[in-house]
Amino acid sequence: MKSQTLPFQKTMQDITRRKDAICVNESEKVEKWYHNLKYLVVGIIFGIVFVKAEIISWFRIQEMFRLESFHMYGVIGTAVITAMISVFIIKKINIKTLSGEKIVFKDKVFNKGQIYGGLIFGLGWAMTGACPGPLFAQIGTGAIVVLVTLLSAVFGTWTYGLIRERLPH
Amino acid sequence: MIEFITQPWSWYVAGIFVGLTVPVLLIIGNKSFGISSSLRHVCAICIPAKIPFFQYEWKKEIWNLFFVFGVFLGGMIAANFLLNPIDIQIAPALQNDLATYGITNYSNLVPLDIMNWQSLFTLKGFLLMVVGGFLVGFGTRYAGGCTSGHAIMGIATLQVPSLIATCCFMIGGFIMANLILPLILNL
Repeated sequence: MKSQTLPFQKTMQDITRRKDAICVNESEKVEKWYHNLKYLVVGIIFGIVFVKAEIISWFRIQEMFRLESFHMYGVIGTAVITAMISVFIIKKINIKTLSGEKIVFKDKVFNKGQIYGGLIFGLGWAMTGACPGPLFAQIGTGAIVVLVTLLSAVFGTWTYGLIRERLPH
Repeated sequence: MIEFITQPWSWYVAGIFVGLTVPVLLIIGNKSFGISSSLRHVCAICIPAKIPFFQYEWKKEIWNLFFVFGVFLGGMIAANFLLNPIDIQIAPALQNDLATYGITNYSNLVPLDIMNWQSLFTLKGFLLMVVGGFLVGFGTRYAGGCTSGHAIMGIATLQVPSLIATCCFMIGGFIMANLILPLILNL
């Protein structure tokens, strides 16, 4: 029942894939499945840092929004500066990917969703004390009940997809 | 060394690690750092329901699901093998304030007093976990990214829309934490 995908359909699918997504796979290469293990390892390190620096703590998020601690501002600020310097170096000396591809940066287009969606996410962030990444790590630490929050977040994303065309952008 | 690993890490160590995720993902596979997209891929794989927004080649983005599964495993490893033996230390003002809502358990990174299976069936728990989760999923996709995609990847690549989105995340958070959350915790 596998039908040939026409070039036109491929383009349409690619446009859909990029809709409302800042995080996109820009690689043109088709990788074998086991290449994904690289991302698994990066994820594991990332998850450990999340826990060890208490970034995934509901309490730390409350402190941040009540301006009672510098911790989260320090983490996010340092992360942005580190990432900014890295990106600058990548662009400056034209670093390629491991497989020799040129690293692609796509500019993001403004739409009102970044305001409305941003405010909505902000409300949820302070309630759950977690953005999407920490949800996965919190479940890993054994807080199984957070699975409910994660499923609810998936359902929220699905609802967005359902009513997307009727929302202001 | 072991002592360093089991202590809570300082903000600059964590910040550098989180920030380095951006170039690492770019160099190992031309991937833009972001996490909330994983929720969309789950929808596209499991419940696309003929919705146009979920009709795309999710196989190309499967890397993102490996990444978040890694985050889950990382959480598990850190909690089981690298655990900080003492309770989380928080600002005294917050601690006093939370005590008035009956939140006194600091043994976990999530507040076990209000986030547990029993409280899930109370209005307070339902709002915090189910409604809160929904807002996270809906809001991040509407905004086109979350803290990782906009606040870190976006601002690091000097994207104005990401800066706007990040400011809105913070405004939403300030409103919730200072004005609305006290009402919810009082329920």
